[in-house]
This record gives sequence, structure tokens and C-alpha cells, in this order.
Amino acid sequence: MSALVEQLKGGLDAPICLTWELTYACNLQCVHCLSSSGQRDPRELSTAEAKRVLDELRELQVFYINIGGGEPMVRRDFFELVEYSVNSGIGVKFSTNGAFIDTDKARRLASMDYLDIQISLDGVDEATNDAVRGAGSYRLARTAMDNLAAAGFGPFKISVVVTRHNVPQLDQFKALADSYGAQLRITRLRPAGRGADTWHELHPTLGQQREIYDWLLKHGDNVLTGDSFFHLNALGDPLPGLNMCGAGRVVCLIDPIGDVYACPFVIHDEFRAGNVRDEGGFARVWKQSDLFRSLREPQSAGACASCGAYDACQGGCMAAKFFTGLPLDGPDPECVGGEGEHALADVTLGSAPKPSQDHSQPVRLSRKPIAVP
Amino acid sequence: MAVALDSALELHPQVAVRPEPFGALAYHYGNRRLIFLKHPDVVSVVNNLAAHDCVQSTLDACGVAPERWPSFVTALSSLESSEIVRERAR
Repeated sequence: MSALVEQLKGGLDAPICLTWELTYACNLQCVHCLSSSGQRDPRELSTAEAKRVLDELRELQVFYINIGGGEPMVRRDFFELVEYSVNSGIGVKFSTNGAFIDTDKARRLASMDYLDIQISLDGVDEATNDAVRGAGSYRLARTAMDNLAAAGFGPFKISVVVTRHNVPQLDQFKALADSYGAQLRITRLRPAGRGADTWHELHPTLGQQREIYDWLLKHGDNVLTGDSFFHLNALGDPLPGLNMCGAGRVVCLIDPIGDVYACPFVIHDEFRAGNVRDEGGFARVWKQSDLFRSLREPQSAGACASCGAYDACQGGCMAAKFFTGLPLDGPDPECVGGEGEHALADVTLGSAPKPSQDHSQPVRLSRKPIAVP
Repeated sequence: MAVALDSALELHPQVAVRPEPFGALAYHYGNRRLIFLKHPDVVSVVNNLAAHDCVQSTLDACGVAPERWPSFVTALSSLESSEIVRERAR
């Protein structure tokens, strides 16, 4: 293990990668939504409060923020906040389903500096994508990409959550990104939010984990992953990236009502470190919360201690273990050695922790069943 | 390409350097690269490049002993290829 990674595990003075979900409101109802988004939370941070948080992040010299939701463009002050952030020297990368990127908005986005856009797409065809992201979502995303390309935005990102249905499409995703001059980003499906209910039927199979690993070894230098596949490193040579869980150490999440969580995949009371509205604001939560301080302590390998691959995979993802009911100091549910499958078999049905909150729309219209091949 | 000891460098104007316990993080707002500066001496050299005539005088001023210069040339060369530092006109 490199000395640098050891240092990073002890935490940084400010996060490298801070995700800020601006709203729980969303026009879509994706079945794997990490934040169970749908309806706006009435306690959402106001424009003035959001700007105060940005002032704090500027003081902390946070270089950029990852904005998501919900659908962040639903907020009426979306552009105001993005411009305020960029003008404060904080770059913005934001994730969107693309529904609100019409030709005018595309031109406006293209005129801004220090702004990156990720359009979510979970299938290269309508059927695969819409089964997960909802009817019509494929068209919305492709129209947004067309509009950004026509406006000369430059290399936007196409962001894919890898599921068992789209693993065979990785080459086609790459080709699609290339056709737009865009950059492909693929990330791991997490059992968080509504994903806790759908993960078991959507997550890649053990055989597919190897496919993803081989594919990333071949294409990894040109594909972004948010370092999310480090559990695959147990298969051999390490993938590009830091190869560590950054939760509370280099990464955290601010949710729409200002709650600060250890990472974007653990919106649950157990991983809530504080709120930006508390005295001392975000900085105090980051530097002094009991939760983040404990995450920066050396972690036990637990049941994985005797496994020769532990140094490579680091026991995988804390959130994936938590929401599937596995102990945090044991194998990842997608352990490539098969230990996760064994451990999952021992989890009592219904005993896994449920997400603490749900902003889903009360009635879900036209949600198609997921076809299991 | 390796930078020369007598070349004049500066921190790229689009780069921000944030101190950290291990050294510093450098972020380039243009190419979006995040670089770890893994030693406090590298941080002080990078921050002081523009205040001195050339790389060698910067190393001297920062108290870096000559036997360590080759490793600093390697580090600065890598930082130049990432556009964290760049040549400046004298």
C-alpha cells in the first residue's frame, strides 16, 4: 500500500470529491435511484443557504463539486447557484437526466467555463434504458446530447450505471460516446435508495464482474469510473485509481436538506455526520464529526483478514455491504472470490437496513417490469 | 521531456494548490487534472518557481540539497507535462 493512500485514509483537510444533491425532486423515477428521489423535500436549502455553503466550500478550497439530485435542473435557482459556484472558483460537474436541456439551455451551458455535464444513460437502446430509468427517458437523454453537441458544448460525459442488462453493451456505450466526442463514465450499481429494492435483480453476475474487469483493463485509461470498481482488483492487476473507500476521508455527500453523509451511497441515519445548518457549518462536520473521525481510523479486515486478495480489494464497498445486510468488516456482496454470495445466503430475508427516507412519488405510473433474462 | 535546471517556470495560472498534511493537492481548472504533491518541499518549490530566475535558484532558495535535484527535476518534468507548471518568459 502506498504511503499516499495511507495518508488519504487518515482524511484530508477538505474533501476532494464532494457530491451535493441539490433537490429530491425529479421528473423520473429510476428504479435504482440512490436517493429515492421524486418529490421535493419542503426542508430543502434555500438559495441563500446554498450560497452560504458555497462560501464555506470556497474557504476550504474545495476545487469542484459534483451536483446531482433528484434532477438538479428542476430547481429554479439552478443556474444562479452554478454561476455563483463557478464565480467563487469552485468548478461544477453536474449529473442530469437531460430532460431540461433544450436548445436554449444547451447554449447557455456551453457558454460557461469550469462546467462539466454528465448525462445519465443506462442502456444503448430504448428498451434496456427505459426498463430502469422509465418510459421516455432514453429519448430525453439522447435529445439533450444532441442539443449539447449542436451548441458546441464540447466533451460532455455519458454516465452509465452498470447492470446485468447493459454489461454486454459496454463497447456500444463507448462507440456512442465516441460518436459525440463525449467521454464515457461507468459506475457501479449500489443497493442504496430505491436500489436497495432492485439491486438483487439488477446487479452484474459473478461472471459479468470478470467481464467488467477485463473491459476496464483494456479501456480504463479513457473511461471514467469514479474509482467505483476497486472491488474488482482482487482479479489481478489493479485498475486505474486510488483503490480505497473514500467515504468520510476524501469524499462526502451533502443532501438537499443539508444533511452530510459519508458518501453518496449511504443516505441512512447511521452514516449521517451532521447538517450544514448546524453551528460550525460544513467545515465542522467534515473536520470534527464523530462519524467521519471514526471512518478515518484504521479499519478492520474482519472476516477478510485471512484472504490473500484483501490488500487489492480492500473489502469492497461499505454501502454495498450495509444495504445488503452484510457486516461492514466482511466481504463485499459482489466479492469476486464468491464470498459475497455465500455471505448473502446467510442474511435473513428482510433483515437488511432499509433506507431511512423515501422521496418517491406516491403513485408510479407506467413503471415497466424489469425483464430478467 | 525533462525540464532544465536553468529553465524559468511558474505555476500555471489555472492551477490552485491546497495544502494538505502530506504535502498539497494541485488542481488544474482547465484540464481538470488533480495531482498529489507528495512532499512539502515539492510544494514550496512549486509555489516559489515564479519568484526566482530559474529552477536551480528556486531549489537553492528552498533549501533543497544538490543531491536531491535530480528527483526534483523528474517531479517538475512530470508536473510540466500535466500543465501544473509551465515555462515562463524571462
